[in-house]
Amino acid sequence: MELTGAEIVTRCLAEEGVEFVFGYPGGAVLNIYDEIFKQSKFKHVLVRHEQAAVHAADAFARASGKVGVALVTSGPGATNAITGIATAYMDSIPVVILSGQVPTAAIGLDAFQEVDAVGITRPCVKHNFLVKDVRELASTIKKAFHIAATGRPGPVLVDIPKDVTYHKTEFAYPDTVSMRSYNPVLKGHSGQIRKAAQMLLEARRPMIYTGGGVVLGNASEQITELAKLLHYPVTNTLMGLGGYPATDRQFLGMLGMHGTYEANMAMQHCDVLLAVGARFDDRVIGNPAHFAREQRRIIHVDVDPSSISKRVKVDVPIVGDVQQVLDELLKLLKASKEKPDEAALNTWWTQIELWRSRNCLKYNRESEIIKPQYVVEKLWEVTRGDAFVTSDVGQHQMWAAQFYKFDKPRRWLNSGGLGTMGVGLPYAMGAQLAHPESTVACITGESSIQMCIQELSTCKQYRMPVKIVNLNNRYMGMVRQWQEFFYGSRYAESYMDSLPDFVKLAEAYGHVGMRIEKTADVEAALKEAFSPAMKERLVFMDFITDQTENVFPMVEGGKGLSEMILAEEL
Amino acid sequence: MRHIISLLMENEAGALSRVAGLFSARGYNIESLTVAPTEDATLSRMTIVTVGSEDVIEQIIKQLNKLIDVVKVLDLTEGSHIERELMLVKVRAAGKEREELKRMADIFRGRIIDVADLTYTIELTGTGTKLDAFLEAIDQSVILETVRTGASGIGRGDRILKV
Ligand SMILES: Cc1ncc(C[n+]2csc(CCOP(=O)(O)OP(=O)(O)O)c2C)c(N)n1
Repeated sequence: MELTGAEIVTRCLAEEGVEFVFGYPGGAVLNIYDEIFKQSKFKHVLVRHEQAAVHAADAFARASGKVGVALVTSGPGATNAITGIATAYMDSIPVVILSGQVPTAAIGLDAFQEVDAVGITRPCVKHNFLVKDVRELASTIKKAFHIAATGRPGPVLVDIPKDVTYHKTEFAYPDTVSMRSYNPVLKGHSGQIRKAAQMLLEARRPMIYTGGGVVLGNASEQITELAKLLHYPVTNTLMGLGGYPATDRQFLGMLGMHGTYEANMAMQHCDVLLAVGARFDDRVIGNPAHFAREQRRIIHVDVDPSSISKRVKVDVPIVGDVQQVLDELLKLLKASKEKPDEAALNTWWTQIELWRSRNCLKYNRESEIIKPQYVVEKLWEVTRGDAFVTSDVGQHQMWAAQFYKFDKPRRWLNSGGLGTMGVGLPYAMGAQLAHPESTVACITGESSIQMCIQELSTCKQYRMPVKIVNLNNRYMGMVRQWQEFFYGSRYAESYMDSLPDFVKLAEAYGHVGMRIEKTADVEAALKEAFSPAMKERLVFMDFITDQTENVFPMVEGGKGLSEMILAEEL
Repeated sequence: MRHIISLLMENEAGALSRVAGLFSARGYNIESLTVAPTEDATLSRMTIVTVGSEDVIEQIIKQLNKLIDVVKVLDLTEGSHIERELMLVKVRAAGKEREELKRMADIFRGRIIDVADLTYTIELTGTGTKLDAFLEAIDQSVILETVRTGASGIGRGDRILKV
C-alpha cells in the first residue's frame, strides 16, 4: 500500500522504537503533525521553544543511551533549533532532528519561512540530508538513525520539504544500512593493544584519564575493573563524570581548569597515561606546551581517529570502540604474569595522598550566608547520590561537578563542549522522561535558568516533577569571577538586576516555589522538596547564596595544569 | 609542505560544500580544488592542493575521512605520482609577437587553440611550476587573461584510488 511521506515519517519513528518526539508545529510540518495525531506508537512532547526540543531530545539520549528525536518546522523553527544541535554536536550526542522545509519547487526562491537548513547546520551536525523524493524518505531516516548512533555519535538533521510529506510511495523500512562511505572502526588494533598492556604494566607513576567517550561508549564497567585490577588512580573530565565511581578512593576527582589539585598534579607528573574517550581539550590540559614539559608516555583509546594526536602527540594510538578495546586490554592484563612494580606504585600513591591532603575543595562551612558548595553537598546527601543531575553553565556547574559525587554513568548531564546556558531545565525534562521513576535535579543559576524558563510550562503539562536548585548569587557568577581576577573587579554587565520573584514565578506556572536564605534552612528545604509529598511536583528552590564565592582550584587560560590558583592562596 | 590529496566521494548535492566548509571552518589552506564525476556516475573525484605541517595534514586527512560522503582519501604526495594542470592563456599577438609567442608555446609544448587578428589563446598542461614558468618566460605585457584548472593528480604504476 502506498503511504504519504508524513505517514512514512511516523512509521519510521515507530520502527526505530522511538518513545518520545520533542517538537513544535508549523506550516511545513503540519502533515507530519496530522499523522502524529493519528498514531499512538510514540508520544509527542510539546516544548515552548525549539531550542528546548533539541536539548530535551539530547538529554533523553544522554540519560537513556538511545537516540533522541526532535521535530521542528522550517525557517525559524530550524534556526531556533541550532543552539540545541550545536550543543549536542560538541558533546557527541546521538540526536535525529527532523525539520520541515518549503516545498521543493519553492526552494531557493526566498519562500515564506525558508532557510537553507542543510547549509546552516552543516558545521554543527555529524551529517544532514535534504530529502527531495518521497521514495528516499524511509531509507534516509534509517541512515540518519544509523549515523547518529554509531561510531562517534552526533546529531543528524533530515530536512523534509512539505510536498514530500504528501507525496505517496510504497513503504518499506530497511532492516539494515550499508554505506560504502561510512564504516566506523570498532575493533582496536591487537598489536597496539598489546603494546598498551605492556606499557601500563611498566608504569611507575600511572594515571587513567577518561572522558565522555567512556560514558557514551558504555565502558564504565570495563574502566572500573581495569583500574581496580591495577590499583591505578583515575580522573574524569567534566563530560566523563560517573564513568568511574566518584566515591571510590582511587578516584582523584575531576581534572582541568576547575579540577582538583590531586587530579591535575597526577596528570602532570605521571609517567604513563591511559586516556580513554577523552580529547585533551584546552579546558582539560591547559597549555599543551606546559603539559608536554613533563615526560610521559601516552596511550589514547578513542573511536574517532581525528581526536587522536590533535592537541597532544601520543605514543600508542588505538582507534576503536572503547568498550571493545578495554575488554581486550583487560583480557591481556589478566592473563599477564607481569605485575606493576608495587614499590613504585606505593611511592606514587603516597605522593598523591600528599596532594590530596591539600584539601583543595574546602570552603567555609561555618558561614551563615549560604555557600553554594554546601547546597550541592547536601543535595548529594539528601538524594543519596542517586539522582540524575543536570546543570546549566557557570560557577554552579563547576560546583555541581566538584561536589555531587557521581557513582554511575549517564547521571550527570551538562553542556561541556559548547557551554550552553539554558540547557539545565530542558535537560531535566529529557532525563525525567527517560527515567520517570527517578529523581531528577537541575542545578542552575539565576541567569542560566532564565534562558529556557518557558519550559516550566512544558513541565506542568507533562507532569515532570523536576527539582530545580537555583544557586542565586544575583550575578553571572562565572563572568563576575573572571572580571574579579582579570579585569580589576570591573563588573561590566554581569549583575543580574530586576530578577523575578522565583517563588511567585514557579507558582504562576503551577509549581511549588521555595526561597531559602540561611544555611541552617538548606537541609530542611531539600528534604521537603525531595519528600514523598512532593514526588509528583516540580519544586523550584531559590537558594540565596554568597555573592562573592569563587570556584577553586582554577587554572588560568594559557597556564599549565600544575599552575593552579587555590582558594587558600588568595 | 605542499600536499596533493585525492578523494572519492558520493556524487551527492552539497558534497562539495562539506569539503569546502571543513577547510574554512578549521582554518586549513586550500591552494586549489578540482572536482568532477568519475566513470562511475555515483562517485566524484576531487583533488585538493593544500599546504600545512605534517600534523595539520594528518588532521586534514582524518577530518576528510570523517565526512560521511567521503569514500576514500589518499595523500598522493606520500608516494610517486603525476600532477597535471591545464591553463588557457590569452595573449596579445600582433606583428612580430606572433612568431615569438608561437615559438615559446612550442618550447613549453603548448598549443595555440584560438587564433584571432590580434590575439592567440594558448593551451598548456603540466605541473603548476611549469605553467608558472611559461607565464614568466613570455613578455608580461602581452598577457590578457589566464585561466587555470588547479591540479589533478594520479598515483604512478599500481597506486590506484578506486572503490
Ligand atoms: C548562551 C550563553 N551565553 C553566554 C555564556 C557565557 N557565560 C558563561 S557562564 C555565564 C554566567 C552564568 O551565570 P549563572 O547562570 O547565574 O551561573 P553562576 O555562574 O552565577 O553560577 C555566562 C554569561 C554562555 N556560556 N552561554
